[in-house]
Amino acid sequence: MSGAQTDLTLEDTRDGAVLRFAGRLVVAGLAPLERAAAAVKARPGPIALDLSRVEALDTAGAWLLITLRDRLTAEGAQVTIEGTGPAEASLIETVEKALAKIEPAPPAPSGFLNWVAGVGEGVAGAWASFLDLLAFLGVTLARTAGLLVRPWRMRAAPLVHHMQEVGFNAFPIVFLMSFLIGIVLGFQGASQLQQFGAEVFVVTLIAVSLLRELGILLTAIIVAGRSGSAFAASIGSMKIREEIDAMRTLGLDPIEVLVVPRTLALLIMLPVLGFIANMAGLLGGGLMAWIELGVSPGMFVTRLYDTTGVWQLAIGMIKAPFFAIIIAVVGCWQGMLVGGSAESVGQRTTAAVVMAIFAVIIIDAVFSIFFSEMGL
Amino acid sequence: MDGAPAPAAQAVPAERDAIIRVRGLVNRFGTQTVHDGLDLDVMRGEVLGIVGGSGTGKSVLLRTITGLNRPAEGSIEVFGQDVLRVSAEERTEIEKRWGVLFQDGALFSSLTVAQNIMAPMREHLKLPQRLMDALAAMKVTLVGLPSFAGAKFPSELSGGMRKRAGLARALSLEPEIVFLDEPTAGLDPIGAAAFDELIRQLQQSLGLTVFMVTHDLDSLHAICDRIAVLAEKKVLVTGTMADMMEVDHPWVREYFHGPRARAAQGG
Ligand SMILES: Nc1ncnc2c1ncn2[C@@H]1O[C@H](COP(=O)(O)OP(=O)(O)O)[C@@H](O)[C@H]1O
Ligand SMILES: [Mg+2]
Repeated sequence: MSGAQTDLTLEDTRDGAVLRFAGRLVVAGLAPLERAAAAVKARPGPIALDLSRVEALDTAGAWLLITLRDRLTAEGAQVTIEGTGPAEASLIETVEKALAKIEPAPPAPSGFLNWVAGVGEGVAGAWASFLDLLAFLGVTLARTAGLLVRPWRMRAAPLVHHMQEVGFNAFPIVFLMSFLIGIVLGFQGASQLQQFGAEVFVVTLIAVSLLRELGILLTAIIVAGRSGSAFAASIGSMKIREEIDAMRTLGLDPIEVLVVPRTLALLIMLPVLGFIANMAGLLGGGLMAWIELGVSPGMFVTRLYDTTGVWQLAIGMIKAPFFAIIIAVVGCWQGMLVGGSAESVGQRTTAAVVMAIFAVIIIDAVFSIFFSEMGL
Repeated sequence: MDGAPAPAAQAVPAERDAIIRVRGLVNRFGTQTVHDGLDLDVMRGEVLGIVGGSGTGKSVLLRTITGLNRPAEGSIEVFGQDVLRVSAEERTEIEKRWGVLFQDGALFSSLTVAQNIMAPMREHLKLPQRLMDALAAMKVTLVGLPSFAGAKFPSELSGGMRKRAGLARALSLEPEIVFLDEPTAGLDPIGAAAFDELIRQLQQSLGLTVFMVTHDLDSLHAICDRIAVLAEKKVLVTGTMADMMEVDHPWVREYFHGPRARAAQGG
C-alpha cells in the first residue's frame, strides 16, 4: 500500500477535456489526489474521466471519482467516466448507490442553548438518580428482610464467598492501616500532651478518637474502595454481557441473586472489620505510648477501663451496619446502571466509590451530631 | 460459482497462487489438541468457505492465521511472508492488508460506528478529518446500514447491524484479504442474502480474497468458490460445492446431503 502514486492529468482534445487518472487510485494516496481533483475547474462542454490507465481502484478511489463527477456536473459540465472494466464499473456503481443513501446529519444545536439544556438535564438527572437510589435501597432492604424471615431461601454459597471476599481478604489491610493510625495518634498526642504534663490522657485521646470515630470510619472508606468498586465492576460486566437480562427471563431476581448476598456479607463483615481496626489501633497507640511516654501496657489497659466506657465502642460500632448497607447498595446500584460500553463500567465503578465514601462521611457526620446532642 | 469475473477466482489451485498457505499447523489448549497437522491453501481472489462442526477449531484457525493465537507448530505464509517469523514492522504492514470481522463484531464500545470505521484510518493513513468523515459515511451505507447509524454507539444497534458495522470497519483500509467469522449468523434470511451479495460484489470489484467461516449453506451455495471442511483436527477435504457432494465421509455427507442442504440447493 505504500508508495501509491497516482497521476492526474488534464488534456484537451477535439471532443472536449479528458481527465486522465493513472496508477493506483486507492485510499493510501487519497489525500494528495483529492487536493489535485479539487483544483480541477469545470468548463462548459464534455469532460471525460478516463480510468484506462488505472491499475487499482478501491471504494475510496471510487468515492473520489463520484464526488468529482458530481461537483463538475453541478458546475455545469457534462461528465462521463470512461475506460472502466466490468469490475471497476460495478464497484463504482456500488459506491454510487451507497453515496445516494447518505442523509445529511441534522444541524447541532447552538453552544449556549446546549449548555443551558445540559445544566437543566444535569440537575433533573441528579434528582432522578437520587430517587432511583432510594428505590433501589428500599427494594434491597425488603428482599433482605424477606430472606431473614425465610432463611432457607438464602443462598449460602455466594454469601460465604462474598464474606470471604469483602471480609477475610480485607483483614490484613484494615489491620495494618488501623495499627499505623494508632501509632500516629499516639505519637502526636504524646508530643502535645507532654507540654502540659498530661501524658496519661494520651490513652483517653487514642481510645475515644479511635473507638468512636476513626476505626470504623476508615474501615468503611477502605471497604468502599475495595468492595464497592468490586460490586459495581462485577455486576456492570454482567450487565454488559446481558447476564442480568438472562437472569430475569429465567425467573431469577437479580436483586435477590446478586445484591442481597453482597449486602448481607458486608452487613456481617463490616462490624468484624471495624472491631479488628479498633483493636489494631489500640495496639499501635499503646505501643507508641509505651515507647514515647513510658505508659506501660498494664497502665494503658487500666486507664482504658477507667476513662473509656464500653459506650465509646458501641457508639462506633452502631454505625457499621449503616455504612455496610450504603456501600453495598451504592456499589450494586451503580453496577446495575452500567449500559452499553466497556467505558461505562469504569465510569460507574468510579462513581460507586466516590458516592459510597461521600455517603459514609455524611452518615458519620449525622451520627456525630446526633450523639453529641444526646449528650453521649 | 459461475461467470465470476474476479481474477483467478476460477483458476485451478496452483501452488504459486496461494495468498495464504498453512502447513503442518498444530494448536493445543492444555491437553486438548484442536489442530493436528492442518494444511490449507487460500487462493488469491477466491471466496473460501470454512465449514465444520461446532468446536472443530474454525475460529481458532482464523485467529491463528491473523496472529491472534500462536500455534504450537507449523508455518503460515500470507502474501508470501512467514507471518510467524516476520519483524514487528513487517507484521504491521501485513496487518494493514487484511481486515477481520469477528464473530460478535468486536466494535469498540466507547466509539460511535463512524469513529470505529475511522479508527484504523487514523492509525495508518494520513487523511484529513474531512476525508475520513466522508469515507466513513460512505462505508456506513456501503454495508447497508442506514445513514444515521454512523453516529450511534454499538450498544444502540441490533446484532445484525453490529455485524455490518464490523464489516465496514474491516473494509476501512481497503484490504486485500477479509476474514469473516460467521458473518451471516444472526441475520435474517433477507439480510443474510444481501450480506452475501455485498461480499460477493466487493470481492469481485476489489479482487478481494475472502476467508469465511460459515454455517450458512445458502452462503456456501451463493458465494463460495471453494469449501474447506474442518474435521478430525485437520482440513479433511477442499473443493467446490459439486466436489463436496461426492465426498464419502459421514459428517460431510450428513452436512451436504441433509434436509437443510437440499433446501438450500433447491432455492
Ligand atoms: N483460548 C482458548 N483456550 C482454551 N480452549 C480454547 C480457546 N479457544 C478455543 N478453545 C477450544 O478450541 C476448540 C475450538 O474452538 P473454536 O475454534 O472457537 O470452535 P468453532 O469451530 O466453533 O469456531 C473448542 O473446543 C474450544 O473450547
Ligand atoms: Mg467460532
